[in-house]
Amino acid sequence: MIRKMSLLLPPLIFLSTALVLASADGAWLAKVPARDHERANPYQEQPDAIAAGRRIFLDHCSKCHGENAEGTKKRPPLRSHRVQQQATVGDLHWLLVNGNMKKGMPSWSKLPDPQIWQVISYVKSLHEQ
Amino acid sequence: MEFENTSADKTLREVVGHDGVPDFVDPNWLARQDKEREIETKLILGSNFHGWNVSENIIAEKNLSNDPWEFGYAVAASRPLQLAASAHDCTFCLEKFQAGVEMYGGLGDRHSFGIHLTSQYLGPTINWTAPNGTTLLFSPQFGLNDYSVPCLYRFGISYEIEQFLGHFHRGGN
Repeated sequence: MIRKMSLLLPPLIFLSTALVLASADGAWLAKVPARDHERANPYQEQPDAIAAGRRIFLDHCSKCHGENAEGTKKRPPLRSHRVQQQATVGDLHWLLVNGNMKKGMPSWSKLPDPQIWQVISYVKSLHEQ
Repeated sequence: MEFENTSADKTLREVVGHDGVPDFVDPNWLARQDKEREIETKLILGSNFHGWNVSENIIAEKNLSNDPWEFGYAVAASRPLQLAASAHDCTFCLEKFQAGVEMYGGLGDRHSFGIHLTSQYLGPTINWTAPNGTTLLFSPQFGLNDYSVPCLYRFGISYEIEQFLGHFHRGGN
């Protein structure tokens, strides 16, 4: 019995590691419905919206993601390739509305929709690092 | 869930059972002799739709003496006066104000469920959020029947600690 268990252990460890890696950073992108993925930002590249988004970011987001979105010990930067290139504005809107609680990202659906788009305008105006 | 140990409590922040005008008849010295130990359970539902925040509360309260369960409700809808944020820092701009309407009242108790002999209130609400995140609330409420207090003024102050539980999560989005 113990011998059988020891034979099963390595594949089990491999499988669980693969599952953990599969659900790691960025896995939320696969959950975004096509309709949300393709949404356009009504405030795209508008200087006033970017400035307003910066203010909202400082109020609500900077505690976790850093004052300049550079990330903190526990939370990811928003100047990453994934946020700046891989994710569309629609993907980011979906994430802000729905959150990703398993990773500690709350839903920001309490913010009015225009403010969510303003934050996205600001985040997308940052340069990738 | 809340536990309350009160006496001479004449506040009407929320209403359950048959709370109403008759509760104000006894003078305070007499009401203080009546100790109340109560457990209150509250189901709070909230949703956001096109800038409106709609919330519904269902309240069930049990006095730990031999009184029956009492029930109450509250429904409210509110909306910021401006949905988009301003580009510049501001203290009294429209986005900092939220206006709405609230209705709440009793729903009787286990033996007499319903709105008969209950007090019901309806009124506007106005919130202002200060730059540091503190929110001040003012809400005049008007009694809708003879069992209700004709007019109540409610003032509130609150501060939301954002991401309190989030600090216990590992990061990575």
